[in-house]
Amino acid sequence: MSYKDIKFSIQELARYDRHIIIPDFGIEGQQKLKAAKVMVVGSGGLGSPALLYLAAAGVGTIGIIDFDVVDDSNLQRQVLFGVDEIGQPKVEAAKRRITALNPHINVRLYNEKLTSQNALEILKDYDVIADGTDNFPTRYLVNDASVLLGIPNVYASIFQFEGQVSVFNYRDADGRLGPNYRDLYPTPPPPGLVPSCAEGGVLGVLPGIIGSLQTLEVIKVITGVGDTLSGRFFTFDALSFQTRIFNIRRNPENPINGDNPTINSLIDYEEFCGLRKPPDRLLKEISAKELYDWQVKGEPFQLIDVREPHEYEIVNLGADLIPLASIRENIDKIDKDIKVVFHCKMGGRSAKAIRELEDQFGLENLYNLRGGILAYIDEVKPELTRY
Amino acid sequence: MATVIIPTPLRKFTGNTSKLEIKATNIKQTVDELTMNFPDLRKHLLDEQGKIRNFINIFVGNDDIRDLQKENTLVREDSIISIIPAIAGGTA
Repeated sequence: MSYKDIKFSIQELARYDRHIIIPDFGIEGQQKLKAAKVMVVGSGGLGSPALLYLAAAGVGTIGIIDFDVVDDSNLQRQVLFGVDEIGQPKVEAAKRRITALNPHINVRLYNEKLTSQNALEILKDYDVIADGTDNFPTRYLVNDASVLLGIPNVYASIFQFEGQVSVFNYRDADGRLGPNYRDLYPTPPPPGLVPSCAEGGVLGVLPGIIGSLQTLEVIKVITGVGDTLSGRFFTFDALSFQTRIFNIRRNPENPINGDNPTINSLIDYEEFCGLRKPPDRLLKEISAKELYDWQVKGEPFQLIDVREPHEYEIVNLGADLIPLASIRENIDKIDKDIKVVFHCKMGGRSAKAIRELEDQFGLENLYNLRGGILAYIDEVKPELTRY
Repeated sequence: MATVIIPTPLRKFTGNTSKLEIKATNIKQTVDELTMNFPDLRKHLLDEQGKIRNFINIFVGNDDIRDLQKENTLVREDSIISIIPAIAGGTA
């Protein structure tokens, strides 16, 4: 069915009046929105404003894929959700919120993880993808699926005070195809080099700003109004309020749609991002319960926390605080004769600290607390503050 | 001196500085100067062969150095050089 056949009820015409009276938008823009199917990948920080504004704008079909449940640490930025929804699947809470906002739209839920196995099947029915995921494997998965399916991918990403937005794999009115994520970043950073938001943090309002800009681009892609960010890469630094727009181009060496493509189906993205590669050597690990046993039995060991001081202030296990960045210069504070247990928030930074110390100083008495302080809180002391 | 904008994820390696003035005539010199003054930056910007990493984009003005003369791209006194690393945050 052509968008021109789309009809509106009196209630819808009243609701969308402020769109319809915009000269360059009109009833035609609104028809295109109602005819459109948009998939929002990730209903978190970026997905929250995206889903609210797409629903309010009258996008006819909205898909939401997310396998997570609402957690109290989400509420600082994920404005779709409220206290009553903690513990519920995000997609269901999101649907309730946006259908309460606009009952004239269809919402399809996928309470699962987007994988190489299901991505093409799920995404193929959609006209536009809005990528608001939180990890590199899914970023590359969404990118490659959008290229293989020929669907534009409106990209947004955030970290601490910084946001990025672009429109990838967009074919303009003249039939020219714009760049995609792999033109910009052919391969991902190795694990551990770039912290995730869960480790690095994010200012809560930032995904509100960046997710709204992302939604603006989704609406422009659907309606053809204005010039999209295809071929341009927008960055925003909230601290300096500096915005920049860079020119980006297709790269002939792009492995998925360059001159000699080597990828013609979805791959194992966990492996591609180095997340499944066996470590150089196994670290000695202990579980939270074992650590607790050592503490109860009075076993001699030193406990070192490699997180940042402000994290230590939130919650700590009484360990010696030596942030990861300064671990090597503090080598003389690390006991050489008894077992030394390292921990951080989730176990990643402490593993890095141990590898650095083993590599540089040949220490053999170092143990990593598996799952970090969060595992200790979950398994041993639930009364402590989670963050 | 050219201005180098340091992105948030790399600021912890530049003493939290977001902007640096660097005396250099091309990108290679700029990166050399940066990594000499801030050695911790090196492994984030360069691979083991000393080449700019795949997940780091460097722009002079608004343009990607890959579309200019790559590491030999000239830098002027009033150039603004932006380092844009891949970031993946969204929901978590």
